[in-house]
This record gives sequence, C-alpha cells and structure tokens, in this order.
Amino acid sequence: MLRLEVRPQPSRAWGLASPVLALLITVVIGVILFAVLDKDPVRGLQVFFWEPIKSTYALSELMVKATPLLIIALGLAVCFRSNVWNIGAEGQFVIGAICAAGVALMADKTTGPWIIPAVLLAGVAGGMLWAGIVALLRDRFNANEILVSLMLVYVAIQVLNFLVYGPWKDPMGYNFPQTKTFESVTQMPRLMQGSRVNIGLLLALAGVAAVWIFLFRTYAGYGQLVGGLAPAAARYAGFSSRKALWVALLTSGGAAGLAGALEVAGPIGQLTPYVPAGYGFAAIIVAFVGRLHPVGIVFSAILMSMFYIGGELAQSRMGLPKSITGVFQGLLLFALLACDTLIAYRLVWKK
Amino acid sequence: MTIPRLQLTGITKRYPGVVANNGVSLTVAPGEIHAVLGENGAGKSTLMKIIYGSVKPDEGAVMFNGQPVHVRNPQEARVLGISMVFQHFSLFDTLTVAENVWLGLDKSLTLPEVSASITAKAAEYGLDIDPSRPVHTLSVGEMQRVEIIRALLTNPQLLILDEPTSVLIPQAVEKLFVVLKKLASEGCSILYISHKLHEIRELCNGCTVLRGGQVTGVCDPRQESNASLSRLMIGAEPPALNVRAVNAGAEVLRVSGLSLSSSDPFGTHLSDIALSVRAGEVVGIAGVSGNGQSELLYCLSGEDTRAPAGSIRVGGTDASRFGPGRRRALGLHFVPEERLGRGAVPTLSLAHNLLLSRRDTLGAGGWIRVKALKQQAADIIRQYNVKANGPDAAAKSLSGGNLQKFIVGREIEAKPKLLIVSQPTWGVDVGAAAQIRGEMLALRDAGCAVLVVSEELDELFEICDRLHVIAKGRLSPSLDRADASIERIGEWMSGLWDDAMQSNQKETAHAAA
Repeated sequence: MLRLEVRPQPSRAWGLASPVLALLITVVIGVILFAVLDKDPVRGLQVFFWEPIKSTYALSELMVKATPLLIIALGLAVCFRSNVWNIGAEGQFVIGAICAAGVALMADKTTGPWIIPAVLLAGVAGGMLWAGIVALLRDRFNANEILVSLMLVYVAIQVLNFLVYGPWKDPMGYNFPQTKTFESVTQMPRLMQGSRVNIGLLLALAGVAAVWIFLFRTYAGYGQLVGGLAPAAARYAGFSSRKALWVALLTSGGAAGLAGALEVAGPIGQLTPYVPAGYGFAAIIVAFVGRLHPVGIVFSAILMSMFYIGGELAQSRMGLPKSITGVFQGLLLFALLACDTLIAYRLVWKK
Repeated sequence: MTIPRLQLTGITKRYPGVVANNGVSLTVAPGEIHAVLGENGAGKSTLMKIIYGSVKPDEGAVMFNGQPVHVRNPQEARVLGISMVFQHFSLFDTLTVAENVWLGLDKSLTLPEVSASITAKAAEYGLDIDPSRPVHTLSVGEMQRVEIIRALLTNPQLLILDEPTSVLIPQAVEKLFVVLKKLASEGCSILYISHKLHEIRELCNGCTVLRGGQVTGVCDPRQESNASLSRLMIGAEPPALNVRAVNAGAEVLRVSGLSLSSSDPFGTHLSDIALSVRAGEVVGIAGVSGNGQSELLYCLSGEDTRAPAGSIRVGGTDASRFGPGRRRALGLHFVPEERLGRGAVPTLSLAHNLLLSRRDTLGAGGWIRVKALKQQAADIIRQYNVKANGPDAAAKSLSGGNLQKFIVGREIEAKPKLLIVSQPTWGVDVGAAAQIRGEMLALRDAGCAVLVVSEELDELFEICDRLHVIAKGRLSPSLDRADASIERIGEWMSGLWDDAMQSNQKETAHAAA
C-alpha cells in the first residue's frame, strides 16, 4: 500500500518540481478532456501551448494578458504572506478601473500628458479604498476578511453596472451600456509599434523588484512575513498586527486598482460591463503557483495568460465552450495543491 | 524465580532521521516500582507508547506475565491489564468527574454505578474526590487524581505514569507517593517515567536509564547517589555553578499595584502584584503553571499593554503602556517560554530570527544588511556553543536545548539592563541547562537585573538570590534564598502565605513593643 511519510525536512527539490509536475498533470488531464469531447488532443495542446508563443505578435498579446495578472498577484503575494486572505482583488480591480475612468473622462482635446499619472493614481486610490473597507471592518469589528472582500466584489460590479447603464452612459453610444471612448491622450503609452503592450509591463516588472526588496530586504517587509508565519512571534517582537493588516490590504488593493486603471486606459479604452474579466480571481492562482515569490509569479502569470488566450482560441477554432479556460485554471490549482504534499511528505511503499 | 510482569527484549524503533529506541531491554517484577530515567529525547516516551500499543516497534519482543504479546492498540493494552496516566490530561472541562471516567469505560455500567465505584476506589487509596464535580472546578492535582482513578478502575497489573509530578506542588507529590507505594504493595507493577533524580531515589526500587535511545544502566536507585545517576543519564556530571555573594545595586524593575483581568476566559486574573528587581541580583518566581505566570509575563514584556499606568517602571520610566520595542530600548529583554512560534519563527533562519528582538544590523530606512546579520548569528552560534547548521539553518531544525541557547544568547548579547526569562531550561538537556544557568549568573555578576519564572524549584534554589511564589494570580512577598525551604515554598504555592506573614508581623510588633 502506498503511504505518506513525513520528511525530516521539507524537500527543496520538490518545492521547485511541484509546479512543473502540476503543469504536467494538468496537461495529461487536458488531453483526456479533449479526447472525451471528441476533439483532437494534439490540436488542443497546440492551441493552448504553441499558438500563444508562435509569433512576436502572439507573444506581445501574451504579455498584454500577463501584465494585470502579474501586478495583482504581486500585491496578493504580500497580502497572503502576511496571513491576510484578500479574495476580493477582482472587486478592487473594478473600483480601480472605475476611478481611473472617472479621471480619464475628464480629459478633453486640450489635456496634457499629465493625465496619464493621474489616471494611474486614481486607479491605485480606488483599489486601496475598496480594500480599506475590508481592513476597517476587520480591524474594528473583527469581520472575516475572506467573506467581506469576496462579497465586495459583487458590490463593485453593481457599482460598475449602475454607472455604465446610468449616469456615465455614452449619449452617442446607441444605448449600449458603456462610457464614451476615452480621449487618446489618456491612452497608456505603448512600448512599440504594432503591439498592444504598454507601460504597464514596465510597471509590473518594476513591481517584481520592489516586492522582492520589500519582503526580503526591509525590516517592514520582515515584520509582514513574521506576522504571517508566527503571530505570537510578531507580538513578541513588537510588530503591530493591525499595521500588518492595513499594509497587506492596502498593498494588494492598490496593486489591483493599478491593474484596473491600466486595463481601462489601455487595451479596453472605455468603461464597459465586461471590465471584470476574472483577472482578480485568476491572480490568486497565479500567486500560489508562483510560490508567493515575486520571480515565481512572473512565470505563473505568463502560464495563466496562456490559458486565457488558449481558451479564447479553443472557443473560436475548436468550438469548445468559453469555460474551458476556467477548467484549466482549476485543474492547475488542484494539481498544484496535491503536488505540494510531496514537499513535506514522501511516498513510501508499505505492506 | 518469579515470572516478570513485563519483559522487553531488544526493542528498536526508527523514525526518519533518528533511532528513538535501539535494542532496549527492560524487566519489571510484580509489585516493583521501576523508574525509567532519561533526559528529554532519550526515548522514554517512545518506549512507553510501544508498551501501551500506540506505537509499533520495528524489532524486539514484549512479554507480559511470561507470555509474548503484540499490543496493537491501547484498548488491547487495557484488556491485558496495562494502564497509563499521561502527562497531559485528557479530560473534558465541562463534564463531571464521573462522566469523564464513564466515557473511558465500557458502557455496561450506569452513571450512578460508576460514581459509586469512583467513591470506593477513592476511599481505598485516600484519593479524595467528589464524582459529581465538574472538571473545570478541579485543581491540577485533583485532575491527576481523576486520571489515576480512571486507570485504577480497570484493575491494572501494570500502571505507567509519565512525568506525574511536573504539575504538582511538593506536598501533593508526597501524597501521590503514598498511593503508589500502597498500589505496589498489593502487587501492581508501576513504570515511573521521570528525570527528577531525588524522586526516583525516594520512590523506586528498580531503574533503567536511557541515553540517546539506548540503555546505559540498570540499577537500584536506593543504592545510588544523584551524582552517579546523572552520570548514567547524561554521561558526565553537570559543571558546577559559580555562586557568588549578592551585590545588588539600583532598582531596575519596579512593579506595584498591578491588577488586570485576563483577556482569556480560562486565564488567571492578576491581583495587586508587587515586585522589585535590582541590578546584580537574580529574583525567581516559583509556582505551578497556570497561576498567572503567562499573564504577568505578557504585561512585563509589553506583549500586553493594558497594565494600569504607573504599575510597571523600568529604570524609573513608566513602561506600563509601552510595546515590546520601546521596552527593549529601555534595556528590558525577554526570553519567552515557547521557543518555537514565539521566541523564534520556526521556518525562518537563525540569522533572520535575530531581527525579532535585535535591530543592530539594520541600515537606513530599515534596510537589512544581510551579511552583517549572518555574521552576528555566526558569532552567537560560536560563542554559545549552539549545535546548528550555520546561520541559515531554520530555527525548527535545532533541538530544544540548542535553540534555547541561541535565543538566550540573542538576548544576552543585546547587553540588557533587565533580563526576564520564563522557564529557562524547560525541555532542555542537562548540559545545555547548566550552560544557560551559568550564563544567567554571569550576566548577574556583570550587573544586570535578572527575573526568572520557573516551575522547577531545584533550578530556582540554584540560581536565585530572592524568591517569590505566584498562586491564583497573586504574588507572595519575597524571601531570601537563605530563608526559603522547599516545604515553605510548597505551602506558599497553594496560596497560603498570609498567615505566615501575619504571625511574622506580630512577632516584629512584639519585638518593637
């Protein structure tokens, strides 16, 4: 009989191998899934793992989708490592997008390029505000942050719907629920001709460095880590758990809000009911698959972006339902959680 | 020759990375009180779990009353006539004594029958207990009686007791010994697990000593001295402490009028605590755990800042509302009882664990200078003889003794004016314990004020200049070590110091008149 036995020390090798094995298991189950659905498995894998990287344009699209995932997941890594469970990045993303849109809508033909930082800051502030509600309720009334942050997602979506169906609806828009298209001066500057990659990618990469330095090289980041790993030790050291809570939620909320601003003032260019694309939820998986480590999150964000693009392609080219993306995301997360068991345990064959 | 009650031969149990028992043999005769002596981690608990059936040995044979047996679980052990009283009780607080005992028995008896048999057993052995009392109203000693009665109701032929005296005041220990001796005289064999040498010499008539999972000696403890037993147990005699006359200076810590209700519903409320520690002296607080020690220490360390204003002064500054960081700035350093999870973060490296209480390797803006931090950790590892895989070793990879040496080193190297240590040598091997006590005395000689909270009276008598006793959230007046005796401290541990103080005061009044 196969049994799990505790390792004397957690295996470092498996810490790195586990995400790879999880990906492998996801692929194998994916192949079975394609076969059961009567689709060509080779074609299916091609759509998911080759099409997104086969050309420069495809690669740039991969980056466009990976950028918001990366930014949100970086914030969540700080949050989760502090043992604060913000599940509502999607809502903070939406409010960030709304606030950024509010600033962008103020622009007219005469507005200067200063509007770009203003749009981004508005997004950050919106995300922080939405996460700040969670922090306040947790701090003052000890309300569970998982439930509050999750429920605020749906409140945020209703706020968005109210605005695009109501006061912010484009009067020239044939009654479509959307704002007018933002002035071109508010468009995030693109990095190169012929691709939609914009300065968001640079901000995301700067964020990787910033989060790494904060967590592993500063005393404040150390306090967040200790609060997450051993609350009693944090109390002994004198790190305030309230401060840790606020830092965690404001960081992750601000990051999600920034991603929202970059989306509406970037690829989308207006506020529509389709702004919430699930990036906030997918980023939770990205953060965990990336081991809550800034560098690991870069890779997992790219992987998750492949699933997004692969899912869209599978829809148009293979006639598969849109939910295939979600299925792959879920498979990956479950496979990873299962494989992580092998870090602390080993399999032994015992009679 | 009589058939031994229990005979173990060549018991070996391996865990990943460690051999807990290596070819252990042990023989217990009927009616014998047999001690199993060894340090923490010597393999005592594993051996007992094997006898009781909760762990399966890899090799070796168990004979019970001359028959080879394979005990597969504790139920089978109880059917054979083996009972065990664990160090940590398994009682439900909200149920009565009788209901708790009933839970562990087969269900053929009714509750009144169980109550009757409890009363009968209690009377037979002088274990005074009321079966209808809820468990949460019992003292620790009474809870242990319930556990013993529960074990006795199965009419055991072999009773295993795991460190039974660690929760008892000295007077209760005496009572327990009377019960155990009576049981033995009726033919019940007893396995008595302990690391307290004088108890074993007083109670037991056989002894097996374990060290590092192997038997290092079988003897009659009544014929041995503490020194010869401890040689068997640790392989060497602990180094003698360098005791020096007290040379107390200015007052460093002054606690007065400290009353505080506990934030934990099952905690102890502190009531009017008064205490003073001067530079260059070691003050000890004795008491059975759960009498307010942890609440008092939370207040002193700054982990709890609800103490009334003015009740805690460090070096003349009112620190009652300061958090731990500001108290460290005043020179107050603290070694908590829980090493893993409070004194150190288990998964972080030793170097990073320094940052919990030390900030000297931080640069501008809180930048961590990693190289300097590792150097600092390496220095403490070398200076305090910590057995560890370097500054990058995770705290949880160290043994209890080595981690404690590291934490004590961390706080001592901070050059404190006042060091507060809780249970300095709890679960620490004898060698490390002696080293830690030596370091505390050296610190005292260097002019630091030291406050020690411990459950081990021997330890307090060894290192303290003055002693207090804490009981039910109240702190006794202080006693010079010369005036303190085990009996007196034991009496005070049940909270009975007011009478003693009153008669003292009367005497002084008479003398004055």
